[in-house]
Amino acid sequence: MTTLPERTEKKLGLVIDLDICVGCHACAVNCKEWNTGGYGAALSDQDPYGSDPTGTWLNRIHTYEVQPHQGEAQIVHFPKSCLHCEDAPCVTVCPTGASYKRVEDGIVLVNEDHCMGCGLCAWACPYGARELDAAAGVMKKCTLCVDRIYNENIPEEDRVPACVKSCPAGARHFGDLSDADSEVSQLVSERGGLDLMPEQNTKPVNKYLPPKPKDTPVPNLNLAKLAEPEAKGFLGWLDRALEKI
Amino acid sequence: MHPAPSLIAFTVLSGLGMGMIAWVGLGLGDWDHTFGWIAGILSLMVGGIGGVASVGHLARPDRAWRAFTQWRSSWLSREACLMVTAKVTFTLYLGFWLLLGIELKLLGWIAAALAMATVYATAMIYAQLRTVPMWSGTPTPFMFMVLSLTGGLLATGAIKGLVGLETPVLYSLAWLVVAAGTVIWWTQQAAGAGRSLDGSTMETATGLGNIGRVKMLEGPHTGSNYLLSEMAFEVGRARAFQLRKIGAFAGFVLPLVLTLLALGVGGWAMLIALLCHIGGMMALRWLFFAEARHVQALYYGMR
Repeated sequence: MTTLPERTEKKLGLVIDLDICVGCHACAVNCKEWNTGGYGAALSDQDPYGSDPTGTWLNRIHTYEVQPHQGEAQIVHFPKSCLHCEDAPCVTVCPTGASYKRVEDGIVLVNEDHCMGCGLCAWACPYGARELDAAAGVMKKCTLCVDRIYNENIPEEDRVPACVKSCPAGARHFGDLSDADSEVSQLVSERGGLDLMPEQNTKPVNKYLPPKPKDTPVPNLNLAKLAEPEAKGFLGWLDRALEKI
Repeated sequence: MHPAPSLIAFTVLSGLGMGMIAWVGLGLGDWDHTFGWIAGILSLMVGGIGGVASVGHLARPDRAWRAFTQWRSSWLSREACLMVTAKVTFTLYLGFWLLLGIELKLLGWIAAALAMATVYATAMIYAQLRTVPMWSGTPTPFMFMVLSLTGGLLATGAIKGLVGLETPVLYSLAWLVVAAGTVIWWTQQAAGAGRSLDGSTMETATGLGNIGRVKMLEGPHTGSNYLLSEMAFEVGRARAFQLRKIGAFAGFVLPLVLTLLALGVGGWAMLIALLCHIGGMMALRWLFFAEARHVQALYYGMR
């Protein structure tokens, strides 16, 4: 049944540090690499070497410019994947029972053998976290690398989602957000971890750590002025003299 | 949202078929067998074409039968179950009436109620989506039901005219006016809904509102993707005004005139009225999808 569990034993999820992310897209690439060969149907590409390439990705990196009231704009790189919501609207709309949320760890998954590819769950998700694979005709989404995190055939340090493992900057953290003492929960409480679109009442498990406030104010630079060469000595005198004419 | 032809055909034709089932099921004193045969079979056929069109929207139609399993939680599943139940009940009612000569009024009313419940469930597939305020924050189920009954009345009226029965002309005129008013009401509500009925903005989407105003600097990819083609549909919105005029004219104005004409020239004029109405509904349903904005597009800088 595609009803949501009353509560889950764990809330496995990601904590993404927007202060650290450098926007290298390594997590997205490694996600695609792992998941195209792992759980379920491959993540297909259409026209990959042509003029209009498209394809299925479970993790996409946006880049935003945030303009404060005063001062310089700030660039924020923003990775986005399934937030494994507690009140996941994608699960309850599913007509076939393919979408479900696991009681044991809270991961939202798609049973690809039952999915009929109607696309309604993707419409119900406010975050754009579900993509219908054009080749397989089934809905693909982040599995939190369910085939890595419990996988006893790989070294223990690798039993984290591929995106977490690959992040070269350490911007991604994986853990149990229902446990207040876990490293991820500590990070969330220390840094004021945020829900995306809280007004949609989806109660996301994944949290985002906002960029830290600047500790030193950015000086208001006049870049055009820096580009002008500063003339000294005789040339400087000539320059000033000519300006007066 | 992407205006898929399969979904436009499904919602318009299934709605029309269900509207016909509702009127035939209600009976209203029309126990003419010729009318019963034509209206009964046509309503099942039109509704059936709508149902088949909805299967055409699926990427894996071979698994469509699974949609009958999740009626406890899913509106799409409820719609599928109700559609079949309504059609089976209606077929039984027709069989008793036309083959055995037994007029089971109560069964007809149950079929009519089930048909309307089906249309309500169809509308709820869209109206349940908080992510599309233009559908969830507007009287979408009411509009779908009124339009379904309007189409059904025009269709059964046209059939009555063609088999020589008295056509419910004044009744149809009144329904057309109510339907036009409902569409105007819905459109006004929808115009105000936009993407931010629940207060969703690029700032709440990214959580960066505390710092300042957010704009997209770089997208995650250079090409398009499923999310953009499905939920950030922009093509043809420039022609929305013209399409709305066509929808209003073909959907309501022409049928009104033709239905009035039916008073003088006979019921067959209502057949043309019906065809115009269906065309107009297709145009309006295209707009229903194409103009609806999904909050997900906020991540792509579309405010």
